[in-house]
Amino acid sequence: MSAGSASPAAVSEAKQPMLQGSPASEAVAGDVAPLLSVEDLHVTFDTPSGTAHVLKGVNLTTAPGEILGVVGESGSGKSVTALSIVRLLRGAGRITSGRILYRGTDLVGLSAAEMTRIRGNEISMIFQNPRSSLNPVFRIGKTLREVLKVHEGLTGRAADARAMELFADVGLPDPASVLKRFPHQVSGGMAQRAMIALALASKPSLLIADEPTTALDVTIQYQIMMLLLRVREESGLAQIVITHNLGVVAELCGRVAVMYAGGIVEEGSTLDIFDDPRHPYTRGLLAARTHARAVGRLQTIPGQVPDLRNRPSGCPFHPRCAYARDICVEVAPPLESDGGHKVACHFSKEIA
Amino acid sequence: MAGEPLPASGPGGTASIAMRSARRERLDRLLRWLRQNPLTTAGLVIILIMAILGLLAPLIAPYDPYALNPQDRMQPPSWQHLFGTGLFGEDIFSRVLYGTRIDFGIGIGAVIVGLLLGSSVGALAGFFGGKIDELAMRVMDMIAAFPGFILAMAIAGVLGPSIPNLIIAIAFVNVPVYARLMRARFLVIRGSTYALAARGVGASRWRILWWHLLPNSLAPIFVQSTLQFGWAILDAAGLSFIGLGVQLPLPEWGVMIGLGVPQIISGRWWISFFPGLAIATAVMGFNLIGDGLQDLFDPRTR
Amino acid sequence: MIVYVARRLLLLMPVLFGVTLITFVLTRIIPGNPIDLMVSPLAGPDVRARIAEAAGLNDPIWLQYVHYVVQVLHGDLGDSFVTSRPVLADLASRFMPTFELTLIAMLLAIAFAVPLGIAAAVWRDSWVDHLARLIAIAGVGMPVFWVGLLAIYIFYFQLHWLPAPQGRIGPFTDPPQTITGLYTLDALLAGNWSAFKASLAAVIMPAAVLGFAAMAPLARMTRAGMIEALDADYARAARALGLGARSVILRHAFRNAILPLLTMTAIVYGYLLGGVVLIENVFAWPGLGRYVFTAITSSDYPAIQGFILYSTTIYVLLFLLVDVLYVILDPRVRL
Repeated sequence: MSAGSASPAAVSEAKQPMLQGSPASEAVAGDVAPLLSVEDLHVTFDTPSGTAHVLKGVNLTTAPGEILGVVGESGSGKSVTALSIVRLLRGAGRITSGRILYRGTDLVGLSAAEMTRIRGNEISMIFQNPRSSLNPVFRIGKTLREVLKVHEGLTGRAADARAMELFADVGLPDPASVLKRFPHQVSGGMAQRAMIALALASKPSLLIADEPTTALDVTIQYQIMMLLLRVREESGLAQIVITHNLGVVAELCGRVAVMYAGGIVEEGSTLDIFDDPRHPYTRGLLAARTHARAVGRLQTIPGQVPDLRNRPSGCPFHPRCAYARDICVEVAPPLESDGGHKVACHFSKEIA
Repeated sequence: MAGEPLPASGPGGTASIAMRSARRERLDRLLRWLRQNPLTTAGLVIILIMAILGLLAPLIAPYDPYALNPQDRMQPPSWQHLFGTGLFGEDIFSRVLYGTRIDFGIGIGAVIVGLLLGSSVGALAGFFGGKIDELAMRVMDMIAAFPGFILAMAIAGVLGPSIPNLIIAIAFVNVPVYARLMRARFLVIRGSTYALAARGVGASRWRILWWHLLPNSLAPIFVQSTLQFGWAILDAAGLSFIGLGVQLPLPEWGVMIGLGVPQIISGRWWISFFPGLAIATAVMGFNLIGDGLQDLFDPRTR
Repeated sequence: MIVYVARRLLLLMPVLFGVTLITFVLTRIIPGNPIDLMVSPLAGPDVRARIAEAAGLNDPIWLQYVHYVVQVLHGDLGDSFVTSRPVLADLASRFMPTFELTLIAMLLAIAFAVPLGIAAAVWRDSWVDHLARLIAIAGVGMPVFWVGLLAIYIFYFQLHWLPAPQGRIGPFTDPPQTITGLYTLDALLAGNWSAFKASLAAVIMPAAVLGFAAMAPLARMTRAGMIEALDADYARAARALGLGARSVILRHAFRNAILPLLTMTAIVYGYLLGGVVLIENVFAWPGLGRYVFTAITSSDYPAIQGFILYSTTIYVLLFLLVDVLYVILDPRVRL
């Protein structure tokens, strides 16, 4: 977990994380019908050396207009969850059970054609490496025009005008020039803005961003985060932001879900999670952050992320947990809710 | 035996138990790999069978491959002559069997010569760099500028038709390929921390070359070679077909196909068919192996 | 761009000189006395001495090479021992039949290989993929002259669908008026249906056989290129934006896969340059391949030399063309 690359605002532990627009997201849980609801999702991957149970019963909801953060280490299953929602898992990955309800429709059962219609129009996704997400032999404008044609039916001058508008909206200076450029001719930050413009071109209701700032410089990271917030303010776009960076979570997200070994271990409002982490893993993550005036050794969580082909029995975190007891080895703790704050731990109440 | 610690060495010791189970584990892994790669396994089987048949030719061939039998000339396949007979009554089946030795021999010879020559050039170029590298690669570029078959044709045409000349001609075409391969590996490994560490311990340059760099470069060379075997056989057959390679009465497959050319219009298909089938089978076998190895070493191409 | 081409041509000079050098060296190590090839064995010593002097055989070897290069640059490739005509003229007159053959072969190869490769990549590990792989392995494995013979046996002798190999148009039809030199195209342009049918029937078998051999590596390369493109981030991102599968495959991915395919096309053409020697022999096709085959059997060294120089130069220039195309098609390549 790279807590060290947090934005300037979330440096000190004592300072409250800034939650733009948090009142709206605080009232979320249970009040409004969720836009997206992932229910008990199981995903397996067939590898030459065995079947890996990558997602084991993932449950997530996103309300309209809220920004949900999904944090976890590499291998926790956050990207797989995102790809499963838009059904873009590569060959070896399969959704074996569970539902993904978007506005009431289960995406899991949809045909390829129906799913294609959903992508872009309803749910969009952007990825970690913006420059490699763009076709290296096409000018950026070409892809944008294609998106506009497919989704909005715009061609010719109308498409060009809209393209310029979109690029200006995401804060790209000199949109006309960027439209003519190739991906290798723009910087990472510009590419990510362009990707966001492309993702928003068809006016989706939900944007999934998989590590949108990880590959960017720290100052650019901040700008992109502000852009995402502004987009939410202006159009009410709900977002799921996947990251391993707690600073991003603090800046951007109203609610957070913490993932470990293919399952959600804790979920709640950002305030609650940061103030009162109840799962040992979450506590470990927060303790592992550093700040400018820290002294002494870095805190780490001992052990390794489990091999998903050979999951530990019971609670997947027990081999690394300081509080583990016999029941943790035998029984996997369910995700229990306590007034909007959900934890999957047998002893969450006792760990103060 | 329970409770008592096993000795480390000796026949009942932990070391040899470990070795035996390691060997069995390797065998299991090999068998599993073979089962998971049916095409490669098929290739290996084909080549093995052909090689064995070729080696056993003197024992299993029903006729002397050079025996002429004018009464039975140009007979279609029958029980007496499995592959039929040719223009002079020679038994095609026996000739194809014996031909295995010639064509496989040329293939292996050409690949080995090309490999040794090319790898040496490439290794030296990659290892020493600088002017040597530039000069060597320039020469390699010049050789590579020729379309393969045409260069082999030129060399074989100039040297005269014989088996050693054929081997040289075909080998020469492959030299730039191996040179480039070796050079690339050497450049990569030379700059790697692995080699630097060896230098740091005081190993001389030659020692580094022999003991460290060469073994690491073997894998791609191996893959390349299996594919080259097949192409070498094709080149050998092609050159012999146009008269630049092996000459009659040697039972080389390409020459045999050539004998059947004027006969095909009259419907005597078997004279050219069976030698060609042998070539196709052999080359396909080598290609299956080579493809399989390629997939093994670079799973991206799957 | 012009500067780029000029610069590349300049860099090619050493390679081309190297080619002439190798060709020259090869001819000089021919066992036997070259004079014996040029002069009747009955000629007396003074005739031989005169010929030797005229042929420059008494000069030091490097001077002979220089003379040779100068000659080549003037387009003088020597005279054929067999036809007694300048080799260059011989090559020129036989160029068109071979060009028509290789052109149709390449077109057929690409027309089959590209869709096959795309299908194999899109439906990876399915029966389509395995079929494509089998076809590719067969195409590379079967000796092209053998396949030609089999084709003649099946399509002419057994099925009577196609005529016996009797040249470009057969003995019963007059060639069409020359516009391009390609019989099929010229017949089409002139509306000469009988000539079109006859020339097509004559060229289709050898071209298809060559094309089959060429198809294999092209299909493999298309498949490899498509797989790399389809697995790339931009393909997934395009799908995430809601672009349809067909567009992503045929436009986004294929446009990237074309680049390595170009290089492979040049390499495959190299195979064809050698393959024509074999195929034209089998099909009695009056092109360059047949010419050099006759030259080989009659030890017509100037002709062989000329052919080698010609094909190698074409091959080298073809790669230059591919480089230029790369500059045009791949924006990442900097001039």
